Amino acid sequence: MDFNSTLLILDSTLRLSTPLLLAALAGLYSERAGIFDIGLEGKMLAAAFAAGAGASVTGSAYAGLLLGVLVSIIFGLVHGFASITARGNQIVSGVALNFVAAGATVLLGQAWFGQGGRTPQLSTDQRFLGSEPGFAAELRDIPILGPIFSELVLGHSLLVYIAFIMVPLTWWILFRTRFGLRLRAVGENPAAVDTAGISVTALRYEAVIICGALCGVAGTYLAISQSGGFNNNMTAGKGYIALAALIFAKWKPVPVMFACLLFGFLDASAIRLQGAELPLIGRVPVQFIQALPYILTVVLLAGFIGRAEPPRAGGVPYTKER
Amino acid sequence: MTNTLPPWVNYVLLPAINLLVAFIVSGLVVVAVGENPFKAAWLMIDGAFGSGRGIGFTLFYATNFIFTGLSVAVAIHCGLFNIGSEGQALIGGLGVALACLWLGAYVPWWLVLPVAIVMGAGFGAAWGFLPGYLQAVRGSHVVITTIMFNFIAASLMNWLLVDWLRPAGQMGPETAVFADGGWLPKLTGLLNLFGADIRNTPLNLSFFVALICCLLVWVLIWRTRFGYSIRTMGLSPSAAKYAGIRPARTVIIAMMISGGLAGLMSLNPVMGDLHRLTLDIVQGAGFVGIAVALMGRNHPVGIVLAAILFGMLYQGGAELAFDMPTITRDMIVVIQGLVILFAGALEHMFRPQLTRFFLAMHRRGVSPEAEGAA
Amino acid sequence: MADTAAKPSAPPAIRLSGISKSFGSVRANRDIDLTVRKASIHGIVGENGAGKSTLMSILYGFYQADSGTIEVGGDKVSIPHSQAAIDLGIGMVHQHFMLVHNFTVLENIMLGAEGAALLSGGIARARAELKQIEKDYQLEVDPDALIEDLPVGLQQRVEILKALYRGADILILDEPTGVLTPAEADHLFRILQRLREEGKTVILITHKLREIMAVTDMVSVMRQGQIVDTVPTAQTSVEAIAEKMVGRRVLLRVDKKPSKPGPVKLSVRDLTVVDSRNVPMVKNVGLDIRAGEIVGIAGVAGNGQSHLIETIAGIRQPTLGSVELNGEKLDYKTLDPASLRDEGLAHVPEDRHHMGLVLPFEENENAILGYHNNPAFGNGPFLSISAIRDHARERIEQYDIRPPDCRLKTANFSGGNQQKIVLAREMERDPDVLLIGQPTRGVDVGAIEFIHRRIVEMRDAGKAILLVSVELDEIRALSDRILVMFDGKIVGERGAEATEGELGLLMAGIAQSDSEVHAVPDPAMVDIAPGQAPAETQIPGERP
Repeated sequence: MDFNSTLLILDSTLRLSTPLLLAALAGLYSERAGIFDIGLEGKMLAAAFAAGAGASVTGSAYAGLLLGVLVSIIFGLVHGFASITARGNQIVSGVALNFVAAGATVLLGQAWFGQGGRTPQLSTDQRFLGSEPGFAAELRDIPILGPIFSELVLGHSLLVYIAFIMVPLTWWILFRTRFGLRLRAVGENPAAVDTAGISVTALRYEAVIICGALCGVAGTYLAISQSGGFNNNMTAGKGYIALAALIFAKWKPVPVMFACLLFGFLDASAIRLQGAELPLIGRVPVQFIQALPYILTVVLLAGFIGRAEPPRAGGVPYTKER
Repeated sequence: MTNTLPPWVNYVLLPAINLLVAFIVSGLVVVAVGENPFKAAWLMIDGAFGSGRGIGFTLFYATNFIFTGLSVAVAIHCGLFNIGSEGQALIGGLGVALACLWLGAYVPWWLVLPVAIVMGAGFGAAWGFLPGYLQAVRGSHVVITTIMFNFIAASLMNWLLVDWLRPAGQMGPETAVFADGGWLPKLTGLLNLFGADIRNTPLNLSFFVALICCLLVWVLIWRTRFGYSIRTMGLSPSAAKYAGIRPARTVIIAMMISGGLAGLMSLNPVMGDLHRLTLDIVQGAGFVGIAVALMGRNHPVGIVLAAILFGMLYQGGAELAFDMPTITRDMIVVIQGLVILFAGALEHMFRPQLTRFFLAMHRRGVSPEAEGAA
Repeated sequence: MADTAAKPSAPPAIRLSGISKSFGSVRANRDIDLTVRKASIHGIVGENGAGKSTLMSILYGFYQADSGTIEVGGDKVSIPHSQAAIDLGIGMVHQHFMLVHNFTVLENIMLGAEGAALLSGGIARARAELKQIEKDYQLEVDPDALIEDLPVGLQQRVEILKALYRGADILILDEPTGVLTPAEADHLFRILQRLREEGKTVILITHKLREIMAVTDMVSVMRQGQIVDTVPTAQTSVEAIAEKMVGRRVLLRVDKKPSKPGPVKLSVRDLTVVDSRNVPMVKNVGLDIRAGEIVGIAGVAGNGQSHLIETIAGIRQPTLGSVELNGEKLDYKTLDPASLRDEGLAHVPEDRHHMGLVLPFEENENAILGYHNNPAFGNGPFLSISAIRDHARERIEQYDIRPPDCRLKTANFSGGNQQKIVLAREMERDPDVLLIGQPTRGVDVGAIEFIHRRIVEMRDAGKAILLVSVELDEIRALSDRILVMFDGKIVGERGAEATEGELGLLMAGIAQSDSEVHAVPDPAMVDIAPGQAPAETQIPGERP
């Protein structure tokens, strides 16, 4: 592969990793607080629809973002209510919300826009698109570094930068702030948090709200940055890949980024590797590459490469009465 | 506080209230798209039960849900949350299709059927084995591994259909249509005897296979020594250990039975309806199975009733989409989600209120001395 | 200890008046009055379930009292949540540590008292303050160590530091020595005395009398949710407290003839068992039980008795040592509890809710738990419901289980009847050896008599019975020989005529005659053969 096509693959790796990264970080906040969330997919999808619809109705990408985040937070709060207040089964709640999102987006989309579930095609000013600053063109002439800089670093959509800034920010929040300390504690031993005089309920609701907000950004990115509007089932399992990335990264923010980049890279190269012969291996089925994130995660879960230990209190509603 | 509600409240009233709330919220969704929810409800009920054809389709869909509901229920009896019925059903479809492709041209359906059953269940069981093994021996959480296995199954099937099973010259990723031996008989004639006209519906013999499976699961869980082990394991792992029940073996076999039942689901679409293997034979039935098992309280009778309810939603929803152009078939998915949410995740939401209500009723009805004892 | 008494004018650290608390139909605390002086160590003793932990959880804002008032430092207060308790200067060290296992010591101590929204400033301050507290109270611990890497004793120290860091003046310790070795416990007591010298008030909850005598100034005895007495420790004795703890002496008299011991049925040699944290719970235990005798194991809960019988029953794996049943050595690698039952070893577990019964099952289903593969209950892989129910009805009649309904959910039976279900199951399969743990825990008086009679009948039928109970009366009433376990070892053997005081001292690990034996373990000593003269002073190395 030559230099330019490598750059192109890496560029699309970044773009394909972005929604995974946002969703995986969203899951990180929730699961670190002890609320398992297999509803990342549904939240992203609902947000994508809300963002697409919002941007097309108001004509503003920012309004789309706001709506996407808002709808995703509402989904998160329903999951929170079921998991925290009603002490229901977190897996069942996640499954249910995925169904609701999958059905409602298309149903409402068809009813409101009449385009088979899609939202109207957005014009460029209604989307989050990358714009290269003026000096990018000059940089391009510098050999090697120039193209790297202009392809990979500059010219992305605002949301891509948000996603990658969220990585150090999440690390900082988790390990350098009071909120992060408590968040990590409540996912491991909520009784310790409770006896320290901190509200377990409030902390966990805060976590699902943050989770909702980040899923909202992820969905918004899909609908009005990567595409020009919402499409039927446009998340296509990305929420689950994000979940796999989160487990693969053992619930740690910086490894989450690398896991998402890896899975994004697999996605980006799958398209290019289709039918290509690889030395020694022969022809790799594209489906194998698509399944690789899941296979890797299972191998990790089986304890063959390290051990993925989820937060101890994950999935268990907190009750203090005996 | 947990056991103060009488059984009929626990098994009938509470699920009914949850279901009602789910339907009310679904009604609000109908309002949101600008239609009359009562008219929509009537169209659905009429579409599902108003004609022989409707009933046929309702039972056809219900067949899928009986299988997946049983699959989820067997795992739950063992304390396992198998959300991989979706993938297990898909892989089971491969087994059924291979049996039909190999034998369909040579022998009649009643000889193909036993082989298809063994292969469908066997393939599904194999797909359930690994998550079961990883849970029992390596401690990997079965919920996460089964999610992963659903996606791995989808990729695997995609590859097999595109690269291996697709006949030359065909575009879509699907097998050739089976020869006659790979076609299960429809139940048209049979139901005509009872006066119901179910012409042109895909309802087929696998409906009876599903009912037989209900009976077998009931026997397994409540009438065999192994079923006793499964239930002990699911309700109290420490008591199981005390009783000398081997945890790993029990978990693995329970997951294989669960996977096998899911695999059998594929009989209905593959051998009964499409007569070929495609990628979308399961269509979320694995996940619906979770709701069916939850609502059916993991008992075959309850599962049949819940499966018919969901079959009704499917069929009625399809009719509804036909009659009300602003409502698409996706309404079904929304209602499903809401039913799973309210009857599943929020199933305890009204329990405190009901408990208080029944305690108050009880107090009023009983003499003061009896109250002192409580 | 009189010198530690606060001036009469000073208000008490804590005064509770009329505190009551119920959980459903269980009245955990009933009309409790309690006054704790400032700068004292106040012990609260009582048996398991006497309501000690509930009372302290109310004081710490974890539960709300149904009625009653709380005064702290002379002011009437309400403590709706733990934060309020912390603000009032109350700290608590819970029985199960409230620590985050993958946090450092420092992070655990800061949790909930971080100082500011950012940790950076707080960390430095916490580190300095911690150093000062460590120095003041001699409580050294590495602030950067992970909790999961620390031994239990140090984890507990972190809990104490946590409370002190929050400025606790009143420190509640709930069963603090349950997880400690005797040496660690002694160290803890020195720390508590040090805290008292610094003017802190300590409330020590325990059921171990030795600790009360060793370290407290005042002691309150709780029984069945009530405080039955509060006295200065110096003016009481272990015997007096023990009597108040147990309460009305229901004289357990069981009519039984002298035992006629037959051949040895169960023989345990050098048995050592470690728990999940690799801490030895049973150390080098040896014992023999003959046909037709009841051997009782007395001891305070948590001294290895549970691990001992669960290991013999095949639920836990032994680390070292051997067990012989009917003269055959048992290979625990291949045997499980089910196959041991086939070999004639029956087991009534200590905790019927956790192990002996599956509470959501119908009665008849529990009546075959562990015997569900028995040919009597079906053909091949199938169970015969009629055979199971007939069997259950038969047992219900034999054991007078009420209500006599084999289809009733087991959870809906009373404790005594639940226990009878277990006993009926284990006794009526004609075992050679019967292991019985806590046969009458949570059982009403009528059922106790019945159960005791059945156990003696089993003995007279020639069964070898190993009985574990924390009820000393029960051990004395039933046993033909009594072994006392302390800290995983058998520290003495007595005959059935042994006095309660004598056994109590052994159980507390402060026996006179056998204490030397305990201090210097001698494998030959713990291997007590039947018929060996009990209670002889034997000093290792001086045996003939």
